[in-house]
Amino acid sequence: MSNQLGKPALSFSRIAIYATLLLAAAIYLIPLVVMLLTSFKSPEDIRTGNLLSWPQVIDGIGWIKAWDVVGGYFWNSVKITVPAVLISTFIGAMNGYVLSMWRFRGSQLFFGLLLFGCFLPFQTVLLPASFTLGKFGLANTTTGLVLVHVVYGLAFTTLFFRNYYVSIPDALVKAARLDGAGFFTIFWKILLPMSIPIVMVCLIWQFTQIWNDFLFGVVFASGDAQPITVALNNLVNTSTGAKEYNVDMAAAMIAGLPTLLVYIFAGKYFLRGLTSGAVKG
Amino acid sequence: MSSVAVFSKASPFDALQRWLPKLVLAPSMLIVLVGFYGYIIWTFVLSFTNSSFMPSYKWVGLQQYIRLMDNDRWWVASKNLAVFGGMFIGISLVLGVFLAVLLDQRIRKEGFIRTVYLYPMALSMIVTGTAWKWLLNPGLGLDKMLRDWGWEGFRLDWLVDQDRVVYCLVIAAVWQASGFVMAMFLAGLRGVDQSIIRAAQVDGASLPTIYLRIVLPSLRPVFFSAFMILAHIAIKSFDLVAAMTAGGPGYSSDLPAMFMYSFTFSRGQMGIGSASAMMMLGAILAILVPYLYSELRGKRHE
Repeated sequence: MSNQLGKPALSFSRIAIYATLLLAAAIYLIPLVVMLLTSFKSPEDIRTGNLLSWPQVIDGIGWIKAWDVVGGYFWNSVKITVPAVLISTFIGAMNGYVLSMWRFRGSQLFFGLLLFGCFLPFQTVLLPASFTLGKFGLANTTTGLVLVHVVYGLAFTTLFFRNYYVSIPDALVKAARLDGAGFFTIFWKILLPMSIPIVMVCLIWQFTQIWNDFLFGVVFASGDAQPITVALNNLVNTSTGAKEYNVDMAAAMIAGLPTLLVYIFAGKYFLRGLTSGAVKG
Repeated sequence: MSSVAVFSKASPFDALQRWLPKLVLAPSMLIVLVGFYGYIIWTFVLSFTNSSFMPSYKWVGLQQYIRLMDNDRWWVASKNLAVFGGMFIGISLVLGVFLAVLLDQRIRKEGFIRTVYLYPMALSMIVTGTAWKWLLNPGLGLDKMLRDWGWEGFRLDWLVDQDRVVYCLVIAAVWQASGFVMAMFLAGLRGVDQSIIRAAQVDGASLPTIYLRIVLPSLRPVFFSAFMILAHIAIKSFDLVAAMTAGGPGYSSDLPAMFMYSFTFSRGQMGIGSASAMMMLGAILAILVPYLYSELRGKRHE
């Protein structure tokens, strides 16, 4: 809603608006800037300088040490995130297709039951889920985490696709059915090609959710299988030895970079996922 | 809606086609029934047993809930949730609305500024917590920086002050989520009917009045949605506490999610942990049910 007609004049109020917006932008950026600056300082420099002082010498040792500690867990996160994102997106797409184009008695009820999963506090399923993973020998494995993320990601992925397909005119599908096209043919040939935007939204949503997860990681996988968020938390909150803040900040940047990059390059889809996934019921 | 009447010449192919949708949905149905509802019931059952390090199914009635209510740490966690949730939701809403309204004034480089406000939402709460733990470090963080910059008397030691540590959580959480609130409201503002605003302007209403009296009230649904999402984030907040304070000093910055985790998985008190999980579910339902009710009623009126 932009309400002035024509070009707004450069008045005092406009200068105040710009100043406020830029000040706010600077404040939002400070933590990121501080993390970057600190990660390139030497421990000595951290003690003598302050948060926003420029590093006296750009020192990469923090990043090297951080990668030594969390690098392996970075790959764990990759091993967890990639399959979990792909599988949950695929199942979500199939579910959404059935729930919008092939409704049957009870499918709406199922959709309602599933939707609650978007709000489910995971604390209420942690214990049974850990018993189950233990029973199947999947405790403390990345495979177990993939499974958990697929299961508890289904609510959102299904919601994305179902809401997207509901807005597609079903005359399209009806015509294809009269022409004798089957269930999978219609999905692959007609719906999937027009689903690129929602596939992007879903992939990015799931990627940020799963990469950033801590709760499932800390409960279901300790030791070798833990994801990077858990490793980062362990690194930052160990009380043994001298605190190396440059290492902490470099490790935090390593943990944050993948999602940050996705956001920078696909911000449009990221925002659409946030609003449509979280708002629309 | 989409159910085309299948003319029944029931060939095997047709029968298969009719069963396929159900077949495709079946695994997910099983997952939802077992992994969502079955597990909730399982946890519910555990909360009535004397489970400790291992699950046991000896029924003890409401004993775990009574122990929970007698537990000082649980009350600290609940009170913290009220303070944290209230401040986090309130400040995020005010800040988000304020920034959205300012951004809606035909700002050059709007896209860039929006990107900056929203990027924290892409980060893990663990990263956010790590960053803010460092920024709020007493002695080396903002504390020292502002003194270095000439503000001699500046002290910021909230992170180790058990009466103020919860504000540290609020600051970090607001930093992370307020940009998202801004984005939601900006999208809402873009949908407001221009002619109403022109009419008000013709009538001589000032811009702030137009926003406060006409525009923002018309965005009520956005307020509700944003409230829901923020409340949901607050109740589930676990990673932020884990990374920033680990519940400390002592247990002064505990939140229910942290309480549940440490009792269930570190202290081997599954019974009381399950009881606290059920209380969290109750809290979610207490905000979700009225919200859904008003949503559904709203839809029926349309």
